[in-house]
Amino acid sequence: MSCPKHRQIELFVLTYGALVAQLCKDYEKDEDVNKHLDRMGYDIGIRLVEDFLARSAVRKCRSYSETVDVIAQVAFKMYLGVTPSVSCSNTTENEFFLMLDKNPLVDFVEELPAGRCSLCYCNLLCGVIRGALEMVHLAAEVTFVQDRLKGDDVTEIGITFSKKLEDKKHKRQK
Amino acid sequence: MPLVELHLLKCSEVTGADMAIFSVYVVNKAGGLIYQLDHYAPRSETEKTFSFPLDLVLKLHDERVVVAFGQRDSIRVGHAVLSINGIDVNGKYTADGKEVLEYLGNPTNYPVSIRFGRPRLSSNEKLMLASMFHSLFAIGSQLSPELGSSGIEMLETDTFKLHCFQTLTGIKFVVLADPRQAGIESLLRKIYEIYSDFALKNPFYSLEMPIRCELFDQNLKLALEVAEKAGPFGPGS
Repeated sequence: MSCPKHRQIELFVLTYGALVAQLCKDYEKDEDVNKHLDRMGYDIGIRLVEDFLARSAVRKCRSYSETVDVIAQVAFKMYLGVTPSVSCSNTTENEFFLMLDKNPLVDFVEELPAGRCSLCYCNLLCGVIRGALEMVHLAAEVTFVQDRLKGDDVTEIGITFSKKLEDKKHKRQK
Repeated sequence: MPLVELHLLKCSEVTGADMAIFSVYVVNKAGGLIYQLDHYAPRSETEKTFSFPLDLVLKLHDERVVVAFGQRDSIRVGHAVLSINGIDVNGKYTADGKEVLEYLGNPTNYPVSIRFGRPRLSSNEKLMLASMFHSLFAIGSQLSPELGSSGIEMLETDTFKLHCFQTLTGIKFVVLADPRQAGIESLLRKIYEIYSDFALKNPFYSLEMPIRCELFDQNLKLALEVAEKAGPFGPGS
């Protein structure tokens, strides 16, 4: 166990917990808390993406599945120390799932408090992914499709890509 | 009429060719210049007193009065008139409203002391050049016979090389350096890291806006010095 790194994660997990707790005090409705977490995550994601690209030296991804692979295997590993497994939806072409086996953010969260059953505790992560993707011109909807804290078996983040933000090139090729 | 010259050389020439990285530009996604640093040697300026007629040929170029011919001593072709009799010159007028060429064409104004030097780009000009480069960069990738080509990565002239690195998010880092200077590719990556650290992680810095972060400046200058010391063989690694 590399001590300094471990302590840093502890501080981060505690900070995140304090953030969610405060938001719960500030907003009654779960949707509002979720929305604010997503918004904060977005603001983080648009900056974090540059740090990620500068340090990981990944090449430009040529497909959605390549992009999701990079997010799961490089980005999650770099920032959270975990590697979610990637799966693709059978029905929808541009929908992918990241199954989070381990999630340091919820290590100390037993269950959601009463009256907070639609709270997406880790919604910040969805915002981060959404913001990061937007900066590389990929529009996507990112939500928790399954959440252990809500009683599901697994925790899964769903990423659904909408059409690319830069549409000009496509129009010309038609 | 004999020429009377008084050599008032106000020269701050740097000896040695160590200053091999000339400038750094950071261009945002819309083509706006958000950061600019000039790193080259202090420019040489020459002040001399002249009598009529002026043996230098001066002409108006790009809204500036420049030496077109008659290069001598340290007054080179391309040098601009920086001041007349101690009064600064802005474009084609002096600070007190006189038109330079007209003034220098009148024998009653002589003897006159004129300071020449390499003209400095104004910040407006830099903004304009950056956005022009942004467009050319895009044209570069469109001209390519291959699909998905990058834009202009290097522009070479006889006196400098322009290196450009565009991130996947659309920000461009442009470095102008001596043609012999190596290691610019890794310098550009390093500048990207410095940007992601000291500009982006500053919570009060808004994206796409001009970068006014002290730490960014300091670390960038440090990185430039490291790259320069490595010389024409690149950073030893």
